[in-house]
Amino acid sequence: MTARRALAIAGLVAVAMAFVWVIQTAPRWRSTTRAVAPPSPTAPAPPGRKIKARLFYISESGTKLTGIERDVAYAENAAEQAHEIVAAQVDPVAEPLVSALPAGTTLRALFLTDNGQAFVDLSREVVVGHPGGTVSELLTVYTIVNVVTANLPAIRSVQVLVDGKEVDTLAGHVDLRRPLAKNLAWVQ
Amino acid sequence: MNARSFPFLSALFSLALAISLLSQSAAPPSLTLLSKDGRRPLPIVMAGDQEFIGLDDLAGAFQLAVHEESFGAITVSYKGKTIVLTPDQTLASVSGRLISLPAPPVRRGARWIVPLEFISRALAPIYDVRLDLRKPSHLLIVGDVHVPRITVRYDPLGAAGRLTIDATPRANSTVTQEGEHLTIKFDADALDVPNPPLPPPGSQSSPGLVQAVRVVDATTLAVDLGPRFAGFRSAAQPVDTTMRLVIDVVAAQTETTPAPQPAPAPDLPGAPAPSELPPALNPPSASIRTITVDPGHGGDDEGVKGAGGAKEKDLTLSVARRVKAVIEGRLGIRVLLTRDDDRNVPIDERTAIANNNKADLFISVHLNASRRRSASGASIFCSAFDGAAHATADSSGAERLPTFGGGLRDIELVPWDLAQTRHIDQSTTFAAILEQQFRGHIPLADTPVDRAPLRVLESSNMPAVLIELGYLTNADQEKLITGDAFQNAFVQAIYEAVVRFRDALAEAATQ
Repeated sequence: MTARRALAIAGLVAVAMAFVWVIQTAPRWRSTTRAVAPPSPTAPAPPGRKIKARLFYISESGTKLTGIERDVAYAENAAEQAHEIVAAQVDPVAEPLVSALPAGTTLRALFLTDNGQAFVDLSREVVVGHPGGTVSELLTVYTIVNVVTANLPAIRSVQVLVDGKEVDTLAGHVDLRRPLAKNLAWVQ
Repeated sequence: MNARSFPFLSALFSLALAISLLSQSAAPPSLTLLSKDGRRPLPIVMAGDQEFIGLDDLAGAFQLAVHEESFGAITVSYKGKTIVLTPDQTLASVSGRLISLPAPPVRRGARWIVPLEFISRALAPIYDVRLDLRKPSHLLIVGDVHVPRITVRYDPLGAAGRLTIDATPRANSTVTQEGEHLTIKFDADALDVPNPPLPPPGSQSSPGLVQAVRVVDATTLAVDLGPRFAGFRSAAQPVDTTMRLVIDVVAAQTETTPAPQPAPAPDLPGAPAPSELPPALNPPSASIRTITVDPGHGGDDEGVKGAGGAKEKDLTLSVARRVKAVIEGRLGIRVLLTRDDDRNVPIDERTAIANNNKADLFISVHLNASRRRSASGASIFCSAFDGAAHATADSSGAERLPTFGGGLRDIELVPWDLAQTRHIDQSTTFAAILEQQFRGHIPLADTPVDRAPLRVLESSNMPAVLIELGYLTNADQEKLITGDAFQNAFVQAIYEAVVRFRDALAEAATQ
């Protein structure tokens, strides 16, 4: 075994050990009591712990989405990770990126079910600030659907909620009464 | 992949497939690897309700290196790429990227087993040959092998019947009659037939017409015909990534058609025999008598607002009125508008106007928007339904009800919000005609025809499209669309498309 190979294996083992340590020791940041729980000295994950996630923004043509890889905070389980990813997606971006989510939209909550569905609860700005138009609305909806399903393959469909309630559409076009499956046809 | 590890067994495929299908009820089944070189079973291990597979079996089949590290993790390596699994954890690292599994790895004696999803979520991303896990049918497609999923549906059409056979991804097929069977030969390497294999056709609805549909060999299905079978007609048409084969089977004329319930009004003269009743599945209309045109938005819902002040709700109403005037004036077809003034009409009410007036065509008119000002061009949308919606629509069943004048008729029960599933093929045809008529006359988007889960189309019980005239957020487009030249060109294209669609329906009805 060459020294280079031994070094590579050692590196791999170190990464795997760090992975196991994080999984076993990281707290449940987003438990339902998070808001009232006192700060814990062990609460934060190791600083700088990130994963790569694919976020979606409006393409140059204005009629599709384009995927951009970004570092997103690591979380200990799928629900927490989905929350981190959608929160990163909802964050405002600077030019040249253009988000399909109206300005001011925030993530209120995110739930996962055992059968692979995610419920993403967005603030009302996603409706009141929406410019309308079928394609614009499709890009908004599939930004959320695809950012969850493309980064977390265990989640097969996403239902968008607004202010904690089911909605028919965001702007009069796309049917949101049912969960929607990943659709990368809207990604160039 | 070692070619010799998959001996070519095509001659035994039929037997193997039959065994595979029959063994679905015996737990646990095996996972069948299917490649260009043949087939190979891998044992499935049950743990709770989950189906697992041994890492050692996968290692043998895919030349993986599996190591159990001293700190407890399991590493699976392939050509320098590594998967890290952790006991009791459903998250795994695949080349540094986190994925989730439905269950953690489980130790069984000296070996580790992992959920079947490990193949699609962890192994496939690092493997250099395409791996396509078909979990419902326990198939693992390795490499470039054409194995379409086959679904079969039988719909009774009065005394006749219709077999709809979908092959996804598309596979061409030929249908021939051989004695008391129809043989359907697919141009594919193998077929992915679901479990349970093939539903029995509606023999109760069409007794003696079609007895069964069964697998003959790797690429062939057979339809067993009943004593009342008199003839058939088949046609294939692509629908998205699916090739849809429709086989209409007709029955020999008999003197009576048994009616399980007393037919009402038996003394009415000229009451049609049940076998003469029109088919129940909303067949292609031979003509267009009524069109519903839906001007999008209205009232306090202004829709898109252009930089120059144009409002979507005003433009859609203006264009819809022009369409109504031209089509009624030139073709004598009744055109209903879902609104003829500036008011907000709920989406369901728009569709209800079309459905309640038995419109033969629904056209919703809108204008588009994008946060990128350069976006431009018209586009046409048909409805899109996922597999679950189709399953819901298909499973809603039929009810046999007495008809006015005597006889019985099968009435398909389809949920309101899935009514469009029955008309999606015709909607697609109309959209294609529209695109042809628009081209060269009005600017088109890069993808002129598309599918999307649009609320206003899903409940339409007739061919239905939504047309986006262009992007009001583009200043040049706004100026163009608000002009008479554009609107006249658009209305002329709609008129010509309706004429062509009407002719296509009439031609289909005479064939």
